Amino acid sequence: MEWEVVIGLEIHAQLATNTKIFSGASTAFGAEPNTQACAVDLALPGTLPVFNENALRMAVMFGLAVNSEIGKRSVFDRKNYFYPDLPKGYQTTQLAEPIVGPGYVDIETDDGDTRRVRIHHAHLEEDAGKSLHEDFHGMSGIDLNRAGTPLVEIVSEPDMRSSKEAAAYARKIHAIITTLGICDGNMAEGSMRCDCNVSIRPKGQATLGTRTELKNINSFRFIERAINTEVARQIDLIEDGGRVIQETRLYDPDKNETRSMRSKEEANDYRYFPCPDLLPVIIDDAYIDAIRAELPELPDARRARFIEQYGLSDYDAGVLSSDRAQADYFETVAELTKNAKLSANWITGELARLLNQADMTVKQSPVSADQLAGLINRIQDNTITGKIAKNVFELLWNEGGSADEIIAAKGLKQVNDTGAIEAAIDQVIAQCTTQVEQYIAAEPDKRGKMLGFFMGQVMKLTQGKANPGQVQGVLKQKLDQRC
Amino acid sequence: MFNLTLSELSNALSRGEFSSLELTQAFLDRIKRLDTQYNSFITLSEEHALQQAKAADTLRATGQATALTGLPIAHKDLFCTQGIRTSCGSKMLDNFISPYNATLVERLNLAGMVTLGKTNMDEFAMGSSNESSYYGPVKNPWDLDRVPGGSSGGSAAAVAARLVPAATGSDTGGSIRQPAALCGITGLKPTYGRISRYGMVAYASSFDQAGPMTRTAEDAALLLQVMAGEDPLDSTCATQAVPNFSASLNDSLLGLRIGLPKEYFAEGTDPVILERVREAIAEFEKLGATVKEISLPKTQLSIPAYYILAPAEASSNLSRFDGVRYGHRCDSPKDLEDLYKRTRAEGFGAEVKRRIMVGTYALSEGFYDAYYRKAQQIRRMIQQDFIQALSEVDVIMAPVTPCSAFRLGEKNSDPVSMYMEDIFTLSLNLAGLPGMSIPCGFADNLPVGLQIIGNYFDEAKLLNVAHQYQQVTNWHQQSPANLSEG
Repeated sequence: MEWEVVIGLEIHAQLATNTKIFSGASTAFGAEPNTQACAVDLALPGTLPVFNENALRMAVMFGLAVNSEIGKRSVFDRKNYFYPDLPKGYQTTQLAEPIVGPGYVDIETDDGDTRRVRIHHAHLEEDAGKSLHEDFHGMSGIDLNRAGTPLVEIVSEPDMRSSKEAAAYARKIHAIITTLGICDGNMAEGSMRCDCNVSIRPKGQATLGTRTELKNINSFRFIERAINTEVARQIDLIEDGGRVIQETRLYDPDKNETRSMRSKEEANDYRYFPCPDLLPVIIDDAYIDAIRAELPELPDARRARFIEQYGLSDYDAGVLSSDRAQADYFETVAELTKNAKLSANWITGELARLLNQADMTVKQSPVSADQLAGLINRIQDNTITGKIAKNVFELLWNEGGSADEIIAAKGLKQVNDTGAIEAAIDQVIAQCTTQVEQYIAAEPDKRGKMLGFFMGQVMKLTQGKANPGQVQGVLKQKLDQRC
Repeated sequence: MFNLTLSELSNALSRGEFSSLELTQAFLDRIKRLDTQYNSFITLSEEHALQQAKAADTLRATGQATALTGLPIAHKDLFCTQGIRTSCGSKMLDNFISPYNATLVERLNLAGMVTLGKTNMDEFAMGSSNESSYYGPVKNPWDLDRVPGGSSGGSAAAVAARLVPAATGSDTGGSIRQPAALCGITGLKPTYGRISRYGMVAYASSFDQAGPMTRTAEDAALLLQVMAGEDPLDSTCATQAVPNFSASLNDSLLGLRIGLPKEYFAEGTDPVILERVREAIAEFEKLGATVKEISLPKTQLSIPAYYILAPAEASSNLSRFDGVRYGHRCDSPKDLEDLYKRTRAEGFGAEVKRRIMVGTYALSEGFYDAYYRKAQQIRRMIQQDFIQALSEVDVIMAPVTPCSAFRLGEKNSDPVSMYMEDIFTLSLNLAGLPGMSIPCGFADNLPVGLQIIGNYFDEAKLLNVAHQYQQVTNWHQQSPANLSEG
């Protein structure tokens, strides 16, 4: 049997507001437990919510970025359930009248096609606190710092057909929200979390299979792995004569398995009803238009411009535009060096490698765009070779300063002096008599390849500082004279 | 001094007849001496009150006193008071001391008022007799075998017994007006949203409205002036401008159009009460008002609609009382579910549990449309009824209750008959309209209340109408015969 995988995603993104969605407490990450929870967040008797207009503005930005209808009237509802990290005993969310209506984003599939993933809606809600189960001698601790952090929950239609598409969609949403600046996108800190609804059906069947929901997946890699694992489980189950039951499952990345959290039968009846403490949110066209006018360039548009304006490859343009900070970094370097291709190579190459090793984002990079551009410009004007440049880059990363300072201090300036280069070449030819004889004896069309050995020797002798183009020219000339 | 109104006490303070400290101490002593028979206070905040009184005297000495500076008041025990227990009449909050003041408390404090203590109430404001309080029932000062009404029964009894010149109350289905009527005092439920709800422990958020409970309309105007107005901490609080309520108290009632809803004068109400109400209306005619019969045809639907919607909101509002962060927590819970179940089973009384269950049921999957949504539709119809009626008349007058104060225990075993107590009051909460109860005579030596209903944000008109009546009658000046003077 050939199976088709059907995936829909619910992405929770924490909005980058300074204060909480319904209180004035700070949303900063990492504070001592319960130091950023005010009377409202603690749900003290008598407290009332006041809606943070900044959260509204950010949700509208998102809606406009994904081609959605904006709800001119949206309503907050209460989702009632008991949990220790949910202080009020209900979560304030939006059900029937969300702020963001139907929209879509386009993703690229493996075969290079574009697939449109429809967004069912996106709504505003408050995050819960955290239960801490360690270090409390058999009891649980509750940290309410996160309680009331604004979230936008982005609910897709079941439009994805592979784990790769799901990850691509999640990356696209990540690129949009970080480009908009409405979410820091830090998945490790939980700023963006993903629930995956996964089902399978025989290829060609119209009706959907029974789905399971994989909760709180916090990296793109885990999205792919969790879905693959769950799909394999569902196929095995059905092919062994069983059936999938609708349930919530947890993905364990250490064991690479999913396991049941709760079934539909155990699910709460959330008894949604409109929150009587909050008025319906009414916005008009002028409000929406003002936000539209302020929208930054979005990832798809920027990618297209990178190809058009800088002549970048599809791939480079895609990578660089997926993150606003990275795209900004690239544009700064490209402007300063007037060499987009070389800039792109350095950013997706050396810079990405070191950032990845250090588990950092571009924003945290110790080498600024200005510093990298200074380095690239020294390559372009032949002050240093590409090889030396990599060393200089590591020094910039570790010790700071400018490329010029490092080159001067370490004497790494490229040798362009013909006399010095000729002297080095003469020395190599004199020392490597065997190789010179082999060169002379070789067929003329094989000699080109053999030149590499002498190149290496000359560069070694000059500590990599000799201008490689110049070395090659003189070497060839001097060896060919002997033939 | 105990028989003086707020305005009279204010004048006396200005004239230096006594200090706020003396006044406060005198009322505190009186409460300590007499309240054992009424049980109208849950907490007496003596030390706090004396400090406030001293501060008030200083303000007065330096010429910074307002009309209310140095005057004693008591707060219904659902208004959060910083440093003073706020129990809501419940075991659940028996140990709860709020770290902040309700907006209303904050404003009255700023005006210089002195908080004597916190008054008894039906648990979480759920009740019409004050019998559901964890701290025991309140006795009606007019007859100690009878209830004071509820849920603001402690406030009403304390004002009636001259233990305090004024108190705050809250009205979700009649909880200011009904006890005011049963205890023979003046009670005002303003328009929904007129007074901030911030810091008022929620029962049913879309109904709850705080208001003043006083002896006269003039005093109610003084208090409302300070209590009313926009609050950035309450999104549902109205932004409407607050007029000078005292300024229009003496406006003439000549040409005032009074509507009498025929549904409120139907069978089922004590005929003596109807007689007292008709006599009051005759007084208004003497003052130049005209009277017209109107119809509020959906009146009968108000009880079922209210008893779906208010419990639905309550079931959610009371979820926060889970034993995790504050309030009652059961002893040595064995797991989370045990913590929830026992904490709530022990912490809540029977009526609160009943309403949580009713509300939970009404919101349940599959029942929402049949109950909650339908009740919301009825709510809008009732609102339309009133809007229509108030387009033809200036105020509506009616009884407050179908009978006068009933005996303790009389309706306790029959929740539906208790719910019927609110038949004339809770329509206003469904509609969000302001309403007032003022004394208009007696039935078998028990006070009878006249209800005056006005248009949205027209509290000034209600106060004007009530004040004019109190200029030509003295029902509001009567005090219970059993008061032991001292």
